[in-house]
Amino acid sequence: MARTGRLVGALTRTARDAVAAARRRRARAGTDPRPARWQVVTVTGRPEQVLPAGRWPEPLRRLDGAVEVWARPAPGGRGTELAVRPLGGRTALPGFAAHLVGDDPGRFLRQVLRETRQLLETGEVLRADRSPPDRPGAAR
Amino acid sequence: MRALCWEGAGALAVRQVPDPELRNAHDMIVRVRRSVTCGGDLPLLAGRVPEAAAGEVLGHEFLGEVVEVGPEVRRHRVTDRVVVGAAVACGACWFCRQGLLACCDNGTSGTAAEPEWGQPAAGCYGRPARLGGFAGGHAEFVRVPYADVGAFAVPEEVDDDRAVFAADAAPAGWHGAELGGVAPGDVVAVWGAGAVGQLTAAAAVAHGAARVIVVDEHDDRLRMAARHTGAEPLDHRSVDVLAELRERSGGRGPDVCVDAAGPPPGPARWPGGGPDGGAALREAVHACRKGGTVVVLGGGSAFVDRFPLGAVTDKGLAVRGGSRAGPRAIPALLDRMARGELVTEHLATHRLPLDRGADGYALFRDRADGCVRAVFTP
Repeated sequence: MARTGRLVGALTRTARDAVAAARRRRARAGTDPRPARWQVVTVTGRPEQVLPAGRWPEPLRRLDGAVEVWARPAPGGRGTELAVRPLGGRTALPGFAAHLVGDDPGRFLRQVLRETRQLLETGEVLRADRSPPDRPGAAR
Repeated sequence: MRALCWEGAGALAVRQVPDPELRNAHDMIVRVRRSVTCGGDLPLLAGRVPEAAAGEVLGHEFLGEVVEVGPEVRRHRVTDRVVVGAAVACGACWFCRQGLLACCDNGTSGTAAEPEWGQPAAGCYGRPARLGGFAGGHAEFVRVPYADVGAFAVPEEVDDDRAVFAADAAPAGWHGAELGGVAPGDVVAVWGAGAVGQLTAAAAVAHGAARVIVVDEHDDRLRMAARHTGAEPLDHRSVDVLAELRERSGGRGPDVCVDAAGPPPGPARWPGGGPDGGAALREAVHACRKGGTVVVLGGGSAFVDRFPLGAVTDKGLAVRGGSRAGPRAIPALLDRMARGELVTEHLATHRLPLDRGADGYALFRDRADGCVRAVFTP
């Protein structure tokens, strides 16, 4: 009985590993059929202000063709929920975007959404001060 | 310009760094006149902030004179004397419009601003990229983002030594009393008699508390709290704190308990092995009356184990926290300072030139020579 249990366990692990390996191969090939997770932020303003005439705001606009977007009123008068996810599976971001994000487009898209919200709400994207390694001519 | 830089665990030095520059339209540049040490800097100083980079300019409590404004700055002009709140907040997002400026959605940027345990909050000066990557105020000059939101003109009758505490310590104390919902007749207990603890006690008195009790282990701080706020001192080395608090609150327990003891211990934070932030919080939870409120102030807490959750649920406590006050209360606090209702300069136990910044932090860290806060002049 114990031997049968070990065998079932081993077969289960083998099947699970095979599925995971196939999923990784599909992901590497950009053909993972599973939809990526939506990344969402809430932005001040009505949907028609966030997406005037359906036009995407910067810097989201630069991802046209690589992502899909929706916007809807947030409950309680909190503004607009703005959502974005990659088109065509998990690793479909093209070119430079793919280079930037590696295999975690979610992190990249969250950053794009944050910058989009900053632009819409404050008119600019906040910049950090130069970090110590970036300071030109810093005398140490 | 000269600036006090973090050089690695336990090491500070004044270095030459490039002058700050306007990087956004809402920025301004301030020539610093005063800056203050803060317990929130000690985890970084001790090397407990892994993402910190050598060369970071420290300091998030400062006051100075405006020398340059960006094109979108409306409320400030060159030569204005201003105090700058520690939190960098936009004033435009939903959180800011609710008065929750410390929770601002737009106070940081970049992927480094995503903390592992939740959502990014307002930025802060003198902190690594996770809190915005804004250079601190222990320097000759500092860049102030969102200047119309975070900087406030100082009334003429308030001098620099008093006003500089309106940057963060006084707003933190006020915030503690507000978070606790302190009401007339309340009994309030505050753990920690540093600057924030003393200013929390003062805020509780201003909110009408009938009795304010401050708990600490340093005689000089307890005496100072009693003298300047009217609070009753409790030295936890010599009394049973829980029994004393029960007795002084008619057996009920304090209505509001505020943990203002600062971040948990580290090698540099508590060299004498005193109570840690977790210990103060646990004691506050046990002391608080049924249905009361426990407030936890101060950043850098990260994780605190052995939390008495059963006491929270059995007694129906509310637990509230705030690592940064946000600048909302600063104008009212400056008015109180101008009327003489809020006095803070006694907290500046040590006044030093910026060039002795490392000495000032050593005094502050070690509680040496009765140091409550060291104030620097560039």
